[in-house]
Amino acid sequence: MDIDKTSSRAPVSQKPLTVAKSEPSDLGGLVEVEINGKPYKVQMGKTILEACKENNIHIPTLCYHEDLCLAGVCRICVVEIEGMRTLASSCTYPITNKLKILTTSERVRKARRHILDLILSEHYGECYSCHRNGNCELQTLAKEYGVDYYRFGHITERRHQVDRSSYAVVRDMDKCILCKRCVRTCIDLQEVGVLEATRRGDKTTISTFFDKPLLDVICINCGQCINRCPTAALRANDPSDDIWRAIDDPTKHVVIQTAPSPRAAIGEEFGLPPGTSLTGQMNTALRMIGFDRVFDTNFTADLTIMEEGTELLLRLKKALVDGDKDVKLPQLTSCSPGWIKFIEHFYPEHLDYLSTCKSPQQMFGPLIKTFYAQESNINPADIVTVAVMPCSAKKFECNRPEMNASGYKDVDYGLTTRELAQMIKEAGLYLPDLPPSDFDEPFGNASGAGLIFGATGGVMEAALRTAYEIVTGREVPFTNLEITPCRGFEGVKQASVKLENVKPEWSFLEGVDLNFMIAHGTANAKKVMEALIRGELNNIHFIEIMACPGGCIGGGGQPIPTSPEIRKKRAEAIYKEDGELPIRKSHDNPHIKYIYEKFLTDGPCGHKSHELLHTHYVKRGKYID
Amino acid sequence: MPIINDILFTEEEMHGNALAKALSMSANDIVIEIRESGLKGRGGAGFPTGTKWMLAMAAVSEKKFVICNADEGEPGTFKDRVLLTEYPKIVFEGIVIGGYAIGAQKGFLYLRGEYRYMLKQLETYLEQMRKENRLGNNILGSGFNFDIEIRLGSGAYVCGEETALVESLEGHRGEARNRPPFPVNTGYLGYPTIVNNVETFANASVIISKGGEWYSQYGTNKSKGTKLLSVSGDCQKPGVYEVPFGITIKELLQLVEASDTKAVQIGGASGFCIPKTEFDRKIAFEDVATGGSIIVFNESRDMLHILKNFMEFFVEESCGQCVPCRIGNVKLLEGVEKIEHGQCSFAYLNELIELGKSMQIASKCGLGQSSPNSFISIINNFEDEIFSKR
Repeated sequence: MDIDKTSSRAPVSQKPLTVAKSEPSDLGGLVEVEINGKPYKVQMGKTILEACKENNIHIPTLCYHEDLCLAGVCRICVVEIEGMRTLASSCTYPITNKLKILTTSERVRKARRHILDLILSEHYGECYSCHRNGNCELQTLAKEYGVDYYRFGHITERRHQVDRSSYAVVRDMDKCILCKRCVRTCIDLQEVGVLEATRRGDKTTISTFFDKPLLDVICINCGQCINRCPTAALRANDPSDDIWRAIDDPTKHVVIQTAPSPRAAIGEEFGLPPGTSLTGQMNTALRMIGFDRVFDTNFTADLTIMEEGTELLLRLKKALVDGDKDVKLPQLTSCSPGWIKFIEHFYPEHLDYLSTCKSPQQMFGPLIKTFYAQESNINPADIVTVAVMPCSAKKFECNRPEMNASGYKDVDYGLTTRELAQMIKEAGLYLPDLPPSDFDEPFGNASGAGLIFGATGGVMEAALRTAYEIVTGREVPFTNLEITPCRGFEGVKQASVKLENVKPEWSFLEGVDLNFMIAHGTANAKKVMEALIRGELNNIHFIEIMACPGGCIGGGGQPIPTSPEIRKKRAEAIYKEDGELPIRKSHDNPHIKYIYEKFLTDGPCGHKSHELLHTHYVKRGKYID
Repeated sequence: MPIINDILFTEEEMHGNALAKALSMSANDIVIEIRESGLKGRGGAGFPTGTKWMLAMAAVSEKKFVICNADEGEPGTFKDRVLLTEYPKIVFEGIVIGGYAIGAQKGFLYLRGEYRYMLKQLETYLEQMRKENRLGNNILGSGFNFDIEIRLGSGAYVCGEETALVESLEGHRGEARNRPPFPVNTGYLGYPTIVNNVETFANASVIISKGGEWYSQYGTNKSKGTKLLSVSGDCQKPGVYEVPFGITIKELLQLVEASDTKAVQIGGASGFCIPKTEFDRKIAFEDVATGGSIIVFNESRDMLHILKNFMEFFVEESCGQCVPCRIGNVKLLEGVEKIEHGQCSFAYLNELIELGKSMQIASKCGLGQSSPNSFISIINNFEDEIFSKR
């Protein structure tokens, strides 16, 4: 199967550089360069910026981002190369021959300062009233260069309206410095293509199709653009004022569920290195802020495994035993609301492949307003449910009109990791210093399987831990339950597990290779979908797809900045915590057993769970009225 | 309206036999001939054409492309228009020769959007070439296949910059690419591509016809051959002139019958404004280089007004991608307006000149690198006049 047939829509010019084909013998060789008078040996084809980074020579950047194709438009990273009339942007300039490079010459410093002054002259607003105060790349640079006045003036009036139409992403183009990271994120990293530069000269803006509000274009709300915006031009739609109001209202019972990924990343907002888990500390902070109950979304992740795993086994039975031609396989996961909106826009004719399971967040909402309300004897009308998510698309998801299975809005607010950190700070708490505490009953602490949902491949791993055991009665044959083919950051992963010596009721699966795939980032999702449409995935049974690179740990609501290294650290934190948990399989979670005994009495995929935990999708297509 | 004072082109258009001769030569020999002629790119930047062709010839690729840059957008230049309408043979045959030399099968003429009116005439000419087997399969029995497609620009000045042109040709927004890689190895659709000016291809025809050595008798040591100049402004005989490189501005002004001249803008809005005191300077790559635009100003002209016009042009025509060009030009224009209103201090003016120097070295492409030229040269040369009027 040729999964790489689709290609990016980004212009060739913004693709990473290819070294001239005529000199392949030189590739892989080392080139001697001189940087600031000192000799270095550098891998052929590396950019000047990469070479400098490796050797601890700092070069400022703005439009450059590790995750993205090249732009070379901000020009702040310019360096001087001996023999060249002009300066060169170090982020785009490949080293293919001996160069003498100066990174801090007078011409370089002057040019950088001029560029900075020019950007600041057009950058509306003041830092203290800015969402990204303290975490803004432009602000950092201004400090680095000792900017203490606006040499070329400063814009004093707004030129653009803030676009607050989207549930997920707020666009403030007056803060935009036209680095095009969002454009490159959308068109190249995610292959959605909602944003593009329009007009030219000083009228250039980043725009949507026909300047429509973000709500009315095919934005999938993944928020990856937010994570890569160097300023506050893009930010999440922050509901924390409403949440504070609910907390302050004594008639409201405010309940919060926390997803696995925020706990592995929130420490970064408090200056801790990436990969520091603060699960217990976060629970304490949430109670101190004033949430009445703190629940673990991993509980409904476990529930998702029960429901989605059962759904898969039912589909397999239909296909293999009943010979049902209409059953859609492979089954696609449905936990990622960015992915859901992506498939609804781009592949509306293929929605039947999706699992009908709601995401863990949206399973929890109705359970809180039905099961928990009953058990605790609270009027569901008085319950406010908040979900702490690594995700901006969750804000859209909880506002989907069909998400009211409880008779109320199932999840009232989606709150990002960043916004929660802000609330914790506003409450005067320093998260790392708080004593840890557990989650509240009746949902309690969940399994490690639910926890690893946060990393790409985690849902698959969790599902396999359960499905394999249901079918064979034995644990998955991987040391310490670590299903390694599911782990790692390769764009599209494929593997299989052989089902042998199955239980009698699953005899139709005897000897079957359970083939599965894992994709993260919608660009990879697109590759998978194109292969599926070409009929190349007929032997695959189950595909996990997450909209964000790295899965939820790289979600659009996570701390900024993001990079492959940071996402790797966050994933490691999650896998480490999973390894330390007493319960690591969803079906072993006693609270899951309890809820099927007490509430969802007709079992996984039964009538009641269909009512509360399953959903349907909308054929959106690419045209929006 | 043909070329005035013509030296090489009319003869070649009427009687030349470049294409047939080229096809009887090896590609290597053509490139050597072009290199020996000393031909430099006529768009203004002056990159040695032979070197460019040699690099593209050496690049290993299943496909290669030739692009003729007819996006003649520099204010005050109109010589490519004359070449295309009056001398199509030497232009189009030059493109075919370029294709043969580098091993391309496809050529594009990227025609300025405002030249749409020529489209029919040019298409008719290409059709005639195909009929005469000077284009198409097995050209003149040589076994070489090559065709030319005309594509229209949409009015963006920046698309005259070769990599922005390639972007535009690919259907993207007209924005300059990062260089390296250069089009000779990563050009149209990522394939090796040569982008040359209309006049460069016309010269290539002349060189193949007459030989590189013969050609190099014209011009100066470092600037071989002749140059087409589009002369406009305060003179009696505006038009397109063919002059040997090395002609002084004074000589040119006599030729075009200009009198009472205060300054000459050489190279269009992106060029330099030369004051009377420097009219002995030569038009050549080593002295005052130009893509062909010559605008003559007499004593009645207000230099600040001229500068403002240029800066408005650049603010409008910057593609908007890189900071120095997008915002820098706005600041320079605002500076001009401040001077107009008597509100610009000398300190701030010097600040702007320094900014201009940074723009010249830090902008991504030639547009932003050259847009401060007129600001700096007009302010430096006419500071007294400008400030004495205000």
